Amino acid sequence: MTLTASEQIPISLNGKSGTVQSGATILEAAREMGVEIPTLCWASNLTPANACRLCVVELEGSRTLVPACSRVCEPGSVINTESERVALNRKMVLELLDSTNDLSESPELQALIDHYGADASRYDEPSTMKDDIKVEDDLFIRAYDRCVLCYKCVDACGDEAQFTFAISMAGRGFETRVSTEFETPLPESACVYCGNCVGVCPTNALQFKAEFDLRQGDDWDPQRQTSTSTICSYCGVGCTLDIHTQDNEIFKVTSPSDHSVTAGHLCIKGRFGWQYVQPPTRRPSSPDMSS
Amino acid sequence: MPNVPDLKFSDVVPEPDERSVIDDLVSVPPIEEKGERWVLGGIARGQEARHLLLPGLHALQDTRGWISPGGLNYLAEKLQIPIAEAYGVATFYDLFQFEQPDTEGPLHHVCVDPICEMGNSASYIAELRSKGHRVHESPCLGQCERPPAAFVQIKGGDNRDMTEATGRSIRIATADPKRLLRRITEMQDIDLESYERHGGYQALRLAIQEGGARVIEMLKESGLTGRGGAAFPTGIKWEAVARQETSTKYVVANADESEPGTFKDRVILENDPFALIEAMTIAGISTGCEKGWIYIRGEYTTATRRLEAAIDEAALAGRLGQGILGTSFRFDLEIRCGAGAYICGEETSLFNSIEGYRGEPRSKPPYPTDSGLFGQPTIINNPETFLNVLEILTYGVDSYRSTGTPESPGTKLFCLSGDVAEPGLYEAEFGITLRELLARAGGGVGELQAVLLGGAAGTFVDSRHLEIPLTFEDVRAHDMTLGSGAVMVFSTKVNLPSVLARFAKFFRDESCGQCVPCRIGTVRQHEVLTQISRRGQSPDRNELLHDIATVMTDSSICGLGQTAASAVQSAIRLGLLEKSDT
Amino acid sequence: MFGAGGGTSSYREVEEAEFILLWGSNAREAHPIYFHHVLKGIKAGAKMHAVDPRRTASAKFADSWLGIDVGSDIALANAVAREIIAANLHNQQFIEHSTTGFDAFREHVEKYTLDYAAEVTGVPADAIRGLARAYAEATTAQILWTLGITEHHNGVDNVLSLCNLALLTGHVGRWGSGLVPLRGQNNVQGGGDMGALPNKLPGFQDVIDKAARDKFSAIYGLDLNPTPGLHLTQMFEAMAQGMIKALYVIGENPADSEADVSHTRRLLEELDFLVVQDIFLTRTAELADVVLPATVGWAESEGTVTSSERRVQRVRPAVEGPAGARHDHLIIGDLAKRLGAPWPAETAEELWNELRSLSPMHTGMTYKRLEELDGLQWPCPDTNHPGTPFLHGWLWEDDLGGNPRAPFSLTDYEGPKEQLTQEFPIRLTTGRALDSYNTGVQSRGFNSPIRSGEQLQISEVDAASLRLSQGELVRVSSPRGSVEMEIDIKREQARGLAFTTFHFPELVDLNLLTNDEWDPKSGTAEFKAASIKIEKLTNGAQRA
Repeated sequence: MTLTASEQIPISLNGKSGTVQSGATILEAAREMGVEIPTLCWASNLTPANACRLCVVELEGSRTLVPACSRVCEPGSVINTESERVALNRKMVLELLDSTNDLSESPELQALIDHYGADASRYDEPSTMKDDIKVEDDLFIRAYDRCVLCYKCVDACGDEAQFTFAISMAGRGFETRVSTEFETPLPESACVYCGNCVGVCPTNALQFKAEFDLRQGDDWDPQRQTSTSTICSYCGVGCTLDIHTQDNEIFKVTSPSDHSVTAGHLCIKGRFGWQYVQPPTRRPSSPDMSS
Repeated sequence: MPNVPDLKFSDVVPEPDERSVIDDLVSVPPIEEKGERWVLGGIARGQEARHLLLPGLHALQDTRGWISPGGLNYLAEKLQIPIAEAYGVATFYDLFQFEQPDTEGPLHHVCVDPICEMGNSASYIAELRSKGHRVHESPCLGQCERPPAAFVQIKGGDNRDMTEATGRSIRIATADPKRLLRRITEMQDIDLESYERHGGYQALRLAIQEGGARVIEMLKESGLTGRGGAAFPTGIKWEAVARQETSTKYVVANADESEPGTFKDRVILENDPFALIEAMTIAGISTGCEKGWIYIRGEYTTATRRLEAAIDEAALAGRLGQGILGTSFRFDLEIRCGAGAYICGEETSLFNSIEGYRGEPRSKPPYPTDSGLFGQPTIINNPETFLNVLEILTYGVDSYRSTGTPESPGTKLFCLSGDVAEPGLYEAEFGITLRELLARAGGGVGELQAVLLGGAAGTFVDSRHLEIPLTFEDVRAHDMTLGSGAVMVFSTKVNLPSVLARFAKFFRDESCGQCVPCRIGTVRQHEVLTQISRRGQSPDRNELLHDIATVMTDSSICGLGQTAASAVQSAIRLGLLEKSDT
Repeated sequence: MFGAGGGTSSYREVEEAEFILLWGSNAREAHPIYFHHVLKGIKAGAKMHAVDPRRTASAKFADSWLGIDVGSDIALANAVAREIIAANLHNQQFIEHSTTGFDAFREHVEKYTLDYAAEVTGVPADAIRGLARAYAEATTAQILWTLGITEHHNGVDNVLSLCNLALLTGHVGRWGSGLVPLRGQNNVQGGGDMGALPNKLPGFQDVIDKAARDKFSAIYGLDLNPTPGLHLTQMFEAMAQGMIKALYVIGENPADSEADVSHTRRLLEELDFLVVQDIFLTRTAELADVVLPATVGWAESEGTVTSSERRVQRVRPAVEGPAGARHDHLIIGDLAKRLGAPWPAETAEELWNELRSLSPMHTGMTYKRLEELDGLQWPCPDTNHPGTPFLHGWLWEDDLGGNPRAPFSLTDYEGPKEQLTQEFPIRLTTGRALDSYNTGVQSRGFNSPIRSGEQLQISEVDAASLRLSQGELVRVSSPRGSVEMEIDIKREQARGLAFTTFHFPELVDLNLLTNDEWDPKSGTAEFKAASIKIEKLTNGAQRA
């Protein structure tokens, strides 16, 4: 059966019939039908990495569960996103992650852990992803004990957006780490500090230095923060920026991933070039007629 | 230095010998300077050369005994592969080292998996170390009939497995009628003349005469299914590729035999390399593929050398290349050697490995027949499967179906190891019982405790299962698997919980790390089994093992994670873990 | 070329183009996020050729890089045109239907043979042929350029030469095919659109057009000067001649950024009265009689900017500026009122709505729509109009939408004004680094780990003949001045070519060297081509 992109196909989701655009993934179909499926390694501006398996669902005819983020619906697909089997698998994925990583700065994952009843204390002295926080420059830090190896940073640095390829998965299995070549410090690597890796990181393993400093100084307070959408002032491309401030000071710049100009990605100037707006820059503040 | 961000390489320089092996390897570099003012480059040209990464890594490792930053930098720049990616690919493999070794002497990889452990690998390792040798404790090396198995990496590239190092032969026994192993038991020499004298290239001539459509029909009528473990119908796979209208398609032989307890493909490739070449050529001309790749385990050095020699001889004799046997068909073969990664036996990981990426499995669908090697339609089969094709064409479908059962026609290669009188490779008709198979190997040694069928990813059985006929349909009905044909026999002398912990370690080490269920699940499974082997079972631990098994089996990307709990769970079902306290 | 000045295509089109021609643009570093769209195109299978004196970071992604001599672009473009015609790959039907002057053009480019072009440009004939064929044979093709095309004494002719190629092949006015000038600075496009040009009113309406002026007069409540003003370069000339004695500079730093900058500084110092309105105390502001502190446009102000794809987008205040700093439009408005002009608009939105009533191409862009649609691409004549992703679709309409046909332009190769001489034998060209911006007043605010100041990049061959070693400090001189710089030897740099960025005037006063010869048609100075000499200092001094 050949289908053109515009065709609608029938599916069944959690016992309800519906039609979706052919070519839609199960995740897209579910959202269309008002059913939420949790994700971790999926992002709207990246090709699904398929790695976390948090979004697994039951698909009739499949021996194993299938990842909703990348499995495409077929005519007549019968999908269950909420069965006990699905819940157990999701609980286990969360439990395995929680037993391995520091997820303290991932509120969304924490909520899922509570929801699915994942209990990492079941494991006796589990091996964990230990790593020292890497503070190598003034722009962002890397705390790989929080890294869930979702591939987003590697993909954003690579051929999904930036084509800089400063980082890669290195090693194998549980020893796999996001790494530069021979673990070279970032400033000596191919990194161009676009910060697009930070922009896609779901667990705050990659964190802008200004945010890191606020948190380290125990001065992090979402209540005092604002976010404002504007346009970058460097070059003439017109990238949308979301400026995040706390107490009238900028600490972070992001871009919405659904924007046609940026797809959520920025360059070093757009991402970090805001510092001049605020102290320590000395700005003229009253008309000066001295000379 | 101001930044030229794109593909920034470091300033580390290679040694002259590193430079020269890479220059020899890369004859058409991605960047071509046509003069000072005209340079061809770009991403597409880089993609075309990327498959040279893995051979380049081998060349560097062989040359200096490790992969130096300067060497890797030079290779990556030459191929225009980002240096971080090149490092990511290189560190995926066990056979590459990234620190300069203290001594120039060889590195001995000694198998510490259960069969070799039963074969005294520990004392062999101690002996090597006492003599000052460097030792790496290795997963199964596919030489389980002669434990303890070893593979030696030697600076300069003259690596050795035990076939060459010891000349020790292996027990090879065929069924009646003789099928896949016939030539191996009859041929004296491994050359084209001898191969043809024993019936070689009859099947290819027949295929040329009958045409590809008829070949595929015969495969479908024969009921041949893949011998790699998944038992997919071979004729349907070939037909799917034949139907693809793209101009570039591939035939791939998956000779990355790494399932613990399995060594059949090594024996085939060492002793009957032309058979694989002929069968792949048949696949090529029958389905419209002009290029074949053989991905062979990096530790199989004898098999690799013999296969290379056979390919050269076949090409010289007009059996490969343009105008095969006087026809207008073209078919070329290229060998790629793995570098110590069990996962690369998973077909999509294997594609990634050939292409110069990390050997991580891809999401399926798409299946290889739609998008396989280099994204093109691809036939990928195991050497044993390919050998069956020759039998079917040479002797006909009826003859082929006269052995075995209607649902599992033909014969199967079984690799017997562990506590049996005569470990070795046995060809037997489908339907033989385990008891009969063990009897052919002279019976068990000691009191039978359990048999692991199908390798580490297989299932345990015990004396209660000896009468079950070994066919796909029967084992499926009993929740067992034939897997790769490994039959590992454990007597009551063996501490099974520690065997299980060791297999769990195997999966922990060999998981590629891509998906959470397998990357972390294999670690947790190993941790819990280690606790059980030390402190005994408990309901909590069993429940944990069950939950871990569930997520690995249900939610892993590929077969590795999906079967990583198979042996453990079957052992629990049989009550084998309960013996840990004794 | 066909009226209003703006890129013809949307960014997304380059993702779907079959062929990309990057000419005089290092977008990888100067327009990194636009280059993401280019990379998507390349990943999807597009071929790219890059024309640039240097094999830049951008050119490294090209299937073919053509290392052109600085300033020989017209010779190359005309040779490409000649080759397309010779190979009969021009789009005859399109040419007949939508263009004029083809026969004269064909005759004109006849002398630009491959051999002649190869000699003049330094690019092998085969490379030029390859480019011509690939561009003409593609079903969709985009030409992208930046200041490597425009910052020449004949920049407008350079642009017209590229437009000729599009007319020749019909690579314009269709989705995926077009001409894309990448704007070097934020809102250069918007500034022009809003009438910040000496001869235009907002919406590219002509100052000399009485009907247009009357429309504005009616709303502004005063008569408008019917004489076109001076562009920047002419202003400095007028200052030199004593015609201009007072200057009001808003958000510009000519005391650092102008070519032949010592001359500029002298002129600024000699003014009777200089007002600078800026967010920084720039070098120019230091010379000013009055400094008016302004808020930062993108982070402290309401308003709109317009991008290189003609997309009008909203900016909003995220933080409050320093006490006393005011929005530009409030300062200007107050000034207007003091000078006796009515200025009813109190907010940015009121000003915008006034603009909408005067500029037809902006009429449909309410703040609300700009907000909801992530901006709109002009022209957008009414509030139901979806905006215009690409321009000049009329070229493909049966009746040309009532427009006159698009003319071919006849352009000739001249080379840079400043010829190389025995005394100044090396060509200096300039460009941007990824992490820095113009004179650095903004980009120096953050600590970039990939920044290393300014070096003069030269080839290995030139370094060897001058006996220079990596990192050595040298004296670099042009007919106008000299500076001391570090040498950075590049294997890939063309012989006889030197390159540097211009982001650190406090370290290296680079515009002491650059040439202020300018294009009479655009007023843009020839930043991209000066002649220099490089002299060794005492025994290989190294900068600490």
